[in-house]
Amino acid sequence: MIATLFNAKHDRLPKILEHASGDKRFKILEAHMKKHQFRQDALIEVLHKAQELFGYLEDDLLLFIACKLKLPASRVYGVATFYHFFTLKPNGRHTCVVCLGTACYVKGAAKILAAVEERTKVKAGETTPDNELSLLTARCIGACGIAPAVVYDGTVTPRQTPETALDHLKGWIGHGD
Amino acid sequence: MVIDDLTEIADKERAARKRYTIRCCMAAGCMSSNSKGVKEALEDAVNQAGLQQMVEVRGVGCMKLCCQGPLVQIDSATAGATFALESNEVGPLYQKVTPEDANSLVSTLKGGQTPVQRGDPRHPFFSAQLSIVLANSGFIDPERIESYITAEGYQALHDVLRELTPKDLIERIIKSGLRGRGGAGYPTGLKWATVGKAASQQKYVICNADEGDPGAFMDRSVLESDPHSVLEGMAIAAYAVGANQGFIYVRAEYPLAIARLHAAIKQAKKYGLLGSGIFESPFNFNIDLRIGAGAFVCGEETALMASVEGKRGTPRPRPPFPAESGLYNSPTLINNVETFANVAPIVRKGAEWFAGIGTEKSKGTKVFALAGKITNTGLIEVPMGTALRKIVEEMGGGAPDGGKIKAVQTGGPSGGCIPAEELDTPVDYDSLTKLGSIMGSGGMIVMDETTKMVDVARFFMEFCMDESCGKCVPCRAGTAQMHQLLNKILAGNATTRDLQKLEELCYMVKNTSLCGLGQTAPNPVLSTLRFFRKEYTDLLMPDAFGPRPNAVNGTGHAAAGRNLAPTEGVPSSGK
Amino acid sequence: MAAKTLTIDGKQISADECATILEAAADAGITIPTLCHLEGVYDVGACRLCLVEVTGISKLLPACTTKVAEGMEIRTDTERLIRYRRMTLELLLAERNHVCAVCVANGHCELQTLAFNQGVDHVRYEYCFPKWEVDNSHALFGMDHNRCLLCTRCVRVCWHIEGAGTKNVSGRGAKARIISDLNQPWGTSDTCTKCGKCVMACPTGALFYKGSTNSEMERDRDKLEFIVTAREKKQWIA
Repeated sequence: MIATLFNAKHDRLPKILEHASGDKRFKILEAHMKKHQFRQDALIEVLHKAQELFGYLEDDLLLFIACKLKLPASRVYGVATFYHFFTLKPNGRHTCVVCLGTACYVKGAAKILAAVEERTKVKAGETTPDNELSLLTARCIGACGIAPAVVYDGTVTPRQTPETALDHLKGWIGHGD
Repeated sequence: MVIDDLTEIADKERAARKRYTIRCCMAAGCMSSNSKGVKEALEDAVNQAGLQQMVEVRGVGCMKLCCQGPLVQIDSATAGATFALESNEVGPLYQKVTPEDANSLVSTLKGGQTPVQRGDPRHPFFSAQLSIVLANSGFIDPERIESYITAEGYQALHDVLRELTPKDLIERIIKSGLRGRGGAGYPTGLKWATVGKAASQQKYVICNADEGDPGAFMDRSVLESDPHSVLEGMAIAAYAVGANQGFIYVRAEYPLAIARLHAAIKQAKKYGLLGSGIFESPFNFNIDLRIGAGAFVCGEETALMASVEGKRGTPRPRPPFPAESGLYNSPTLINNVETFANVAPIVRKGAEWFAGIGTEKSKGTKVFALAGKITNTGLIEVPMGTALRKIVEEMGGGAPDGGKIKAVQTGGPSGGCIPAEELDTPVDYDSLTKLGSIMGSGGMIVMDETTKMVDVARFFMEFCMDESCGKCVPCRAGTAQMHQLLNKILAGNATTRDLQKLEELCYMVKNTSLCGLGQTAPNPVLSTLRFFRKEYTDLLMPDAFGPRPNAVNGTGHAAAGRNLAPTEGVPSSGK
Repeated sequence: MAAKTLTIDGKQISADECATILEAAADAGITIPTLCHLEGVYDVGACRLCLVEVTGISKLLPACTTKVAEGMEIRTDTERLIRYRRMTLELLLAERNHVCAVCVANGHCELQTLAFNQGVDHVRYEYCFPKWEVDNSHALFGMDHNRCLLCTRCVRVCWHIEGAGTKNVSGRGAKARIISDLNQPWGTSDTCTKCGKCVMACPTGALFYKGSTNSEMERDRDKLEFIVTAREKKQWIA
């Protein structure tokens, strides 16, 4: 370390820990980590739990996990961004996941996605500006027997068409246009 | 737990059996068509009709014909019969059942009529199947261990622990000829032997349930329908190789499978079928679940192990192989769900029985997920060596609405497209490899005349590009370049030189990538180039230096094809 | 320790049994091109430039992670290997924005040298021209993601030698990038010890010392004027 370049010490961590002490979700998360004996190899399990509790993984949350599991923050961030399942920004109130697996694809999933993109004016992976709907895609949800499938708010719905999909989204989008 | 306890549980189950069993599919496919509502309505209807003493409504695993779900089947127990698995008891199959149908369905038990559409259990879709892995699927209640025990569950584990040495057990698996069902088809017994021989205090068994191939849902169905068969298979494997800890790595996209596995592990622990001193032997074995988080590359064994260790799921070079140095640098046995599900039946019925099914080099059965442009979509289990034509045309009922089948895609993004002319190929590891495809984990997507093969190739290349972990250069940068070239071809902006470049890249990426993802990523392109080259050349622009596709005599396409002889040996088509 | 005898490109050599093919070749004076390999940190086998052919094994093996074995027959210079190496380098050059003329590492770049030695005189693939940013927030160093090969040498030295763990890889595939801490500007990193090992390890101009880039070049003309004034007018107060 070069002394002349000494940075003012950041006090991010104490702030986060203080903030966490007042939030029940952090307590549940910590209990979950304790169940795994704060083992570093439980990182993915812990991230799953954190996302379940908070909906998404914000920086402070990742730092909290890094601190408790005794891991470098960069490593936690690297793992969280490697896996598609984890999201670092909040999702909209509703989610619509269009499966783009092979079976769904040959049965026209791309058309469904295009129709929804056109109607909602957001691209796959984005959330509408009013935060009502997140449009997502999946690589395959294993529902190939009932393709094409779309998942609305966690409910797998079989044999969709652009029309049925737009119909389903009616209540969630388009307030004001 | 001793053997008498197992027998007692089974006897109790049998004694409690009612006159009728209404089986209602509770696997993910039918659940998405509200089979849960159907089951509840059926229970209400039974109660209303006052038939609780006579009728059991049982939620079961996958009943296979997913496209007609929710499926309901009514069995009537014949006097003296013990368990509903005997096929002569299997009653009428009802398709596309809604909760409103419940009353009329229950009324049939008292001679009433129902308007609900009947399926034909004698249709080749069902009758041509041979169930080993799926034997219990659709019959037992996957959420109750007692139901599995009644179907001879955990008997094999008991016999192995009591009567066989690990060496004899491995010998038996080798003799059965079982090969890995995850894709590559490595002989399972040999793998077990290598891990067994490794000198280490600590060894692990991992079940690869990261079924990432789009279009494949066999493993999901097995886990949802018969989770204990996988647990039992893992325990037997652990005894064979000397491991005391197992992991099941299951993808997060399968919440129902995860829930059922959780429940199954808990029940098995409660009965002492997992834990320490299993069946009062010195054998200890525990299983933990690890939930994936959406990364196709984690189906590769070294990447999967990195993920189990809580790291980025990037593969590492082999050797050392996991059998020598795997999870936490300990010898690790890693097998696929379906492989483990085959183990207990082999132990129970003998290696000779298993080796008697299938072809010379591919033994037993294989489960396929039949999907795409085909009339009957769902799950089938057939003996190895069954002709592809039989599967798609007889069992699958061909393309819907009078369409014509163009190709069958097997092996997902690592596999290839088999053209309709080759439908007489027997389905086994070696025949599919000869055609430039692979058995893969068992996804079988049927494509009809409307499917454009170059588009299919681009679809898979996009998949591989997105799923590349980014560690090695050929896979990370090569798939991106190949994707770009395919886009260029599809947009009609490519020349013969671009096609040549694409082909060269295919071989380069195949030969130089670090792991299976990159090594197999070019397969969809190579196989479509081999059988559907004309679809590529038709899209090319005339090249200033190359042959013009629109040559006067109309044979320009074929000429272009010959001039594009790749720089490396391609097995000539049909050989 | 036992020695193993093997041949590399027809030359018979003996090597320590724990040695990798790369080490054995180096001892015998045979150079195998590498990019992600760095003495002192463990190997990852990611760049695929050191792939060699071993008789009896159908797959190409990375020299950096494959141990020698008795009787191994290794080839490092077949037509196929040379072609693949060129293609790998072309893929790398097309992937991000490697513009040597305006790069700080011009003339001191391992990618440039390798491309030169392997005879890569043009790139047949279309340049991707991705838009990557330059992180100039650090007081001493800069990071230009346009020049990054994702060899992860910086990540490995930061963790295994310095022990700081500032650097890691985020995302995956072509979108993968080197990050500091929680993907924050390097200058705001709490963990970076400013040791500079990552800059030393970097094979290209992705990591560089501040003040060494073209755009940072400043000529202090005032000082010249000051000296002239001092000499001529005997005035030393600027």
